Amino acid sequence: MERTFVARNPSVLWFLLGLAGFTVLITILSEATGSGVISTSFVKTLGKTLMLCLVAIAMDVVWGYCGILSLGHFAFFGIGGYAVGMWLMYARTKEIVVDNLANAVIPATEAEINNAIGIQIFGVVGSSEFPAIWVFSDSLFLQLLAVVLVPGLLALVFGWLAFRSRVTGVYLSILTQAMTLALALYLFQNDSGLRGNNGLSGLQNIPGLGHLSQAQISIGFFWASALALGGGYPLFAWVLDGKMGSVIKAIRDDEARVRFLGYHVESYKLFVFTLTAMVAGIAGALYYPQAGIINPAEIAPIASIYLAVWVAIGGRGRLYGAVLGAVFVSLASSWFTGGGAPDINLGFYVIRWTDWWLVLLGLSFVAVTLFFPGGIGSLFDKLARRTS
Amino acid sequence: MFRLIFGVLLGVFATSAAIAQDLQSILQTHQEEVTKPGRRSVGVVLDDLVASGLPEAAPFLEKWQDKEVYLRDTDGLFFYLSDDETEIVDITSGVAVGPADDLTQIKPNGGVRRSIGTALVQFQLSDPDINRRRGAIEAIARDMQASQLEPLMASIDGETDPNLKAVKERLVGMMRASFGETAEDRVAAIEGMAGDLSVDVRAVLNQILATKRHVATELPEDQNIAAVLQPGADLPMEDAYDILVATELAQPRTTQDQIKAALTANIIEGRVGGRAIASLDTYEARATAYRALAADGTVAPLVGDDQVQAVLAEHVIFEVYVEKDVTITDAALVSLEALQTRIALNQSADLFLDGLSLASIYFLAAIGLAITFGVMGVINMAHGEFIMMGAYTGFVVQQFIPNYTVSIIVALPLAFLITFGAGVLMERTVIRRLYHRPLETLLATFGISIVLQQLAKNIFGTQARPLTSPEWLDGALVFNDIVAISYIRIAIFVLALIFLCLILFILKRTRLGLEVRAVTQNPRMAASMGINPDQINMMTFGLGSGIAGIAGVAIGLYAKVTSEMGADYIVQSFMTVVVGGVGNVWGTLAGAGMIGGLQKVIEWLNPSNTLAAQTYMILFIILFIQFRPKGIVALKGRAAGD
Repeated sequence: MERTFVARNPSVLWFLLGLAGFTVLITILSEATGSGVISTSFVKTLGKTLMLCLVAIAMDVVWGYCGILSLGHFAFFGIGGYAVGMWLMYARTKEIVVDNLANAVIPATEAEINNAIGIQIFGVVGSSEFPAIWVFSDSLFLQLLAVVLVPGLLALVFGWLAFRSRVTGVYLSILTQAMTLALALYLFQNDSGLRGNNGLSGLQNIPGLGHLSQAQISIGFFWASALALGGGYPLFAWVLDGKMGSVIKAIRDDEARVRFLGYHVESYKLFVFTLTAMVAGIAGALYYPQAGIINPAEIAPIASIYLAVWVAIGGRGRLYGAVLGAVFVSLASSWFTGGGAPDINLGFYVIRWTDWWLVLLGLSFVAVTLFFPGGIGSLFDKLARRTS
Repeated sequence: MFRLIFGVLLGVFATSAAIAQDLQSILQTHQEEVTKPGRRSVGVVLDDLVASGLPEAAPFLEKWQDKEVYLRDTDGLFFYLSDDETEIVDITSGVAVGPADDLTQIKPNGGVRRSIGTALVQFQLSDPDINRRRGAIEAIARDMQASQLEPLMASIDGETDPNLKAVKERLVGMMRASFGETAEDRVAAIEGMAGDLSVDVRAVLNQILATKRHVATELPEDQNIAAVLQPGADLPMEDAYDILVATELAQPRTTQDQIKAALTANIIEGRVGGRAIASLDTYEARATAYRALAADGTVAPLVGDDQVQAVLAEHVIFEVYVEKDVTITDAALVSLEALQTRIALNQSADLFLDGLSLASIYFLAAIGLAITFGVMGVINMAHGEFIMMGAYTGFVVQQFIPNYTVSIIVALPLAFLITFGAGVLMERTVIRRLYHRPLETLLATFGISIVLQQLAKNIFGTQARPLTSPEWLDGALVFNDIVAISYIRIAIFVLALIFLCLILFILKRTRLGLEVRAVTQNPRMAASMGINPDQINMMTFGLGSGIAGIAGVAIGLYAKVTSEMGADYIVQSFMTVVVGGVGNVWGTLAGAGMIGGLQKVIEWLNPSNTLAAQTYMILFIILFIQFRPKGIVALKGRAAGD
């Protein structure tokens, strides 16, 4: 008898239940809707962590399941953030400008309003002209479309070029890294049209929702993030389920053999690469309004490598592993670097974790790669095996 | 006035006949002017001093300029002070003649001191001390004046130093081009400058070709016109109209702000110019309302696009050479054009040198990576950190050995040893366990790179550390004003060359190289032949890391040493390896040459933006990989592996 999807993927049910419980718990404890035990900034941190989980899952699918070590997925994450950030910044500035000009004796012309917005937004890079890239920025719908389409299109073109010429393995990793570096360097320029290294800021203020407090907005975004993660997890579980999932995993294990069996390997890889890029874009679009600011440093190559680190520590080839890795490493990171961890006094030297956290992370990363290729997630596997 | 001086001075040189009069008496005749010199009055004194031809005149002028001349109030004579300032010294003989009493210091103001300086230059041009002559020439070259031409020409014949003579002749050429007596003289001088690439020659030519913008209703016949400017094509309409406004040939355009202000000022019961205020939210509506106001005579008439077009059509805007003589400007144009071609050629040469030096840096940074990647198929993400370790080794060595030359000589092998050791250690503990899992190796080495970077930050701090190059590497090899290359870059080029030869020698002529090549081509077969692949891998990894250390010392010499310096080179190094082709020294060389050259060319095309240059280059590389996935020099046949 054919087992149901949930029966084949028990982790989906557990994950959704856990996520729902967590969301309810946070809602009850938050400032806006509950007792206020948890501060608004911590709600935002948790919401951001959920989105890091989502992009980590995407990374896990492309690397852990399909065997493509992409060192550029954070570029897609960043593009999603930029796409939504453009609308947020434009619409918010327009609100303020229109408000200011409302008191003028003679009503402002369209050109005057646009000019004022331009000066507000691009004054920092010494310009007031709207670059061509902002042409859709007044339309929320089109910018939301861009959140998905731009990363998707970039991944499609890049992937097509790369997979077509059989660039694989470390070559591909280096190429994806070069891609994200090129993008970051481009955005760092002042005349890139996206405010150079100032990036986009003030994204936490949602246009049209000025009457709501940050506490309410933060819980709204938390829900949206939980929803996105709750949608993304089963989506990827479904993609990896069944025949297609088997082919994808087979490509990871022996690409040549799958090709000889008659499968069009490039199409599968391109599909996975593009789909994960789009999901990464969505994750970024929900992450940066909670962070409030996005700048080109966010998509520097190092960010994508950390993404790989999370997935590796969490455990590749398990969707929940990616979630565990992202949660564990990003929370541990903020605990160690935020001064939460106590210093260790060795007598002759005091280990301050703000200085030594990266050393610890790097070493544990090497250790995980060497000794626990399954990461944290493999502990769950052992648990599950023992109970069954 | 100065012409007079030179006339007289020439006379002095020509006849060597001095008017018998001593310094003190000349000064006495102009006592008033010497004591309280003004910019105008001082000229007379200077004239007479120069005319006298006295050898003491030059030192006197210097002292005067430096406020070291004193007036004795009792008899009005001039003296210097002795070194200990207790006695007065005679200005002619330099002998102490009495106690320093009743003295008034003479303090010429800045303008006067400059005049004295100009007069002094004439003495200094023929001074026996070559440094003084050189200083005088430099002073003239800094600020050319017509008055200096003749004394300079006069001093050429007496010049003993051939180099300085050439400099003088060149300077005379430039000055004749600007200040020559006749048009023929100037044209000849301008034509003589055509072969000279230096910046000051171009400045002279450009100065001759300086233009001014004029506006008129008709093009004048009698002026030396450089160009007629078409509004809209040669310069924007707005700018053209601004010129008309500036010369008061047209009314300023009515700005949107003015319209708005005028409308605001004339609102009556919610309406202005016959329109409701609420409807004034377009520029056209505002203009209509303003015209209505203007028709009533309430405001000045609107000067809008129509008027601007009409006024512009009535006028012609043109550029006129400040120089009136057509033959001279034509000659200057021809010379400048001839120069442009030569400048372009020389710029290409300079660009080539720049590209070459960048290529040698990339080669040094990438060759170690290429070797390990080629032999073991392992990407070492910590390669950049080995470069950093090498640079910090150089820095530490310089803390102990103050002599820069010795410290560099010590640092190079030491950096090799340290990074060789680190590489071997890393191979033994990490890489060896991850064979046949290249992606894991990449990540594990990345973890090591994080650790090394943070350790360097903890030990050396975040601020940049200097690695000072020895003195003999300071400065640059200058071919002319355009082509120049610093000695450090030449040294790096030489170092890259040495390593190229060294690596080629090791790979092609030694037992180790033979075994390395065997393992590269087929590890299993090599093992069957009695080669120990483990040992070979360890040695190659150590070698690759060691070269990175040496590259670090070289890079540290011209860039700042920071904990993040490795990260700056790692991506470029990967690109070099990927573009060049794996497992081949020549490939790495070609890759480095291509990436270095390309980066410089893109930077040259878009000099304001080096970030954009890197972006375009990476895009180019991504495309390049499409056409040659295995790099420029691809291994063929069985050696290629798959």
